[in-house]
Amino acid sequence: MLLIYCPYCEEERSELEFRHGGDAHIARPTNIADVTDEAFEEYFFLRDNPKGLIFERWRHIHGCGRFFNAARDTVSDKFYLTYKAGEPKPVIPGVSPATEKTVETYEATEGTAK
Amino acid sequence: MADQALRKPPLGRSHGGSAGARVTPAAPATRLSLRAGADAIGTLSLAFGLELPQRPKTSASVGGRHALWLGPDEWLLIDETGADLMGIAAGVSALHSATDVSHRNVGITVSGPDAGAAIASACPLDLNNGAFPVGAAARTVLGKIEIVLLRTGEEDYRVECWRSFSPYAFGLLSEGAEDAGL
Ligand SMILES: [Zn+2]
Repeated sequence: MLLIYCPYCEEERSELEFRHGGDAHIARPTNIADVTDEAFEEYFFLRDNPKGLIFERWRHIHGCGRFFNAARDTVSDKFYLTYKAGEPKPVIPGVSPATEKTVETYEATEGTAK
Repeated sequence: MADQALRKPPLGRSHGGSAGARVTPAAPATRLSLRAGADAIGTLSLAFGLELPQRPKTSASVGGRHALWLGPDEWLLIDETGADLMGIAAGVSALHSATDVSHRNVGITVSGPDAGAAIASACPLDLNNGAFPVGAAARTVLGKIEIVLLRTGEEDYRVECWRSFSPYAFGLLSEGAEDAGL
C-alpha cells in the first residue's frame, strides 16, 4: 500500500484516504472574462502529462480534508515530497523536471515493431 | 394503528463480535460538526467546557463530552449525555460554523483484547500504542466507507459512521472481530 505524507496531519497515511486533484500551480487568469477561447482552453483543459517529475494537487479527503501539493514521479509513483497548498513549487535535489524530449510516442518506441 | 411515530435506532439492539472483541451499538448522543478559525478556539473551548484540540489525531474528553480533531479548523463534538450542543454554539458570538449531525452519525463501540485487530481488519490506520494511543482520534476509512475513530481506552474504540452505512460497518467489524480471534 502506498503511503502519502499529509503536511497537515504531519504523518504518512494510506493512499486509500487520499484523492488526486490534478496539476498544481495552475494560475487562473485574473482577466478571465477577457481572454480568448484559445487562452481559456489552454488554462482550463490542456495539461502536459509529463513522464517523470510532476507537481500535483492531492486531497486528504478521508482524513483532515485538506488540499495539498505533491511532487511525484509519474513512472515510479514515488512521492518525492508533499507541501502545503499555497507554498511555492519546491526544487527536488537531483531530479530535473521532465522535458518534451522525455515524451515517448508510439511511433518512436513501437513504430518499427513487427 | 399507531398514533405516533416511533424512533427506531438504526442498529436496534444488535450485538456482534467475538469473545475477544465485542461490537455494540453506542447509545444515542448529540453531535456537532464544528468549523472555526484559530481566533475563535478559545471562546468555543470555554463555551463547551473542554479544550478544543489543535494537534492532528488528538481529542479532548470531559464528562461524556468529546471533541475530536478532524482537520486544522474542523472538529466533531459528541456528547453522550445528550446535551444541547447547538444551544451552546448559538450562544457563542465568535465566528464559527456549527451543524447538528446527531442523527447523521451512528456510534459503534468495539471493546476487548482483539478490538484493535478487529478494526484493523478493514482500516489502514496504524493502531499501535505509539501511533494511536488512548485519546487518539482520526477520520479515516473502514472498508468502503468513511469513519471517525476514537480510542476511548486501552482496549476500547468508538467508531462513528454515517447512519445508512451503519449495518455495513457493524457487519464488517463483527467479521473482523471473529477473524481476529482465529
Ligand atoms: Zn491530512
